[in-house]
Amino acid sequence: MQHAYTQVPVAHVEATATGLNSRKLLMWTFLASECLFFGSLISSYLAYRGKSQTGPYPAETFDIPFTSVSTFVLLMSSLMMVLALAAVQRGDLRGTKIWLLATALLGTTFLGGQYFEFTTFYREGLWLPTNLFGTTFFVLTGFHGAHVTIGVIWLLSLWVQAMRGQLRQEHSLNVEIAGLYWHFVDVVWIVIFTVVYLIHG
Amino acid sequence: MAERPHPVEHPHPSSSVYLKVATVLAVVTAIEVAVYYVLESTPHLLAAALLALSATKFGLVAAFYMHLKFDSKLYTALFSGGLLVAGSIAIAFMALFGTLTQQPMH
Repeated sequence: MQHAYTQVPVAHVEATATGLNSRKLLMWTFLASECLFFGSLISSYLAYRGKSQTGPYPAETFDIPFTSVSTFVLLMSSLMMVLALAAVQRGDLRGTKIWLLATALLGTTFLGGQYFEFTTFYREGLWLPTNLFGTTFFVLTGFHGAHVTIGVIWLLSLWVQAMRGQLRQEHSLNVEIAGLYWHFVDVVWIVIFTVVYLIHG
Repeated sequence: MAERPHPVEHPHPSSSVYLKVATVLAVVTAIEVAVYYVLESTPHLLAAALLALSATKFGLVAAFYMHLKFDSKLYTALFSGGLLVAGSIAIAFMALFGTLTQQPMH
């Protein structure tokens, strides 16, 4: 009978005042600061929304079906990430390698979609200095794309460690912390997709 | 000397739970896109529906994939604090620039 939840052996953790791992606590603190970072960029986009004096405008620019597929790709990459964590926690090294690589590949696919979208918008006359929409849109999505890129590099470095046999069950926290960053990047895109693409008028 | 607290062990969901969450996320995304086309002519209703759907996705990823549901509440407090400040700033900006009440020109 498959259980919905499994006990995970705790890796060696230095006892702290909170009883929590310091690196994991640091990552959560960092993510809280990242909320402020992306919050300010999204706020800027929203503050200037609908105030561009000249086009192109969001309604005539966005390709919602295409961006929906990109969103789905990033969501599935979060699934791959969490499967990688589950694999390393149960000591399944083959599974760890497969799911880590799958996460990185889906992340790269998302970045490819972003590159295609940005170049299409550029050809249609929308770029950073074009109007308020262009500036706020590209700064927001550009920074998100940079975060995804850092995440892909991080994941690939973990994959290389796994391929060298250096990522074992006792190192599962390393994968968990990378996973927290990756899921946050996904969550930010959930907000961007809704607020920027879907609620644009 | 006071005894140090022991590190917390917490159960992790199995792969089947993760797959179910992924299915829900995919379905909600599809619903979002459908709602976008169906409620295009009613912007306020559209915004409310989309925000509710995206909040659902946000909550599912945070609770299950980021393990907030199963981990120490301190992590939830940290993350929620950042979200609260970010959300407050966003609302304040929109109110300051008149975006909350004005219809966009384009």
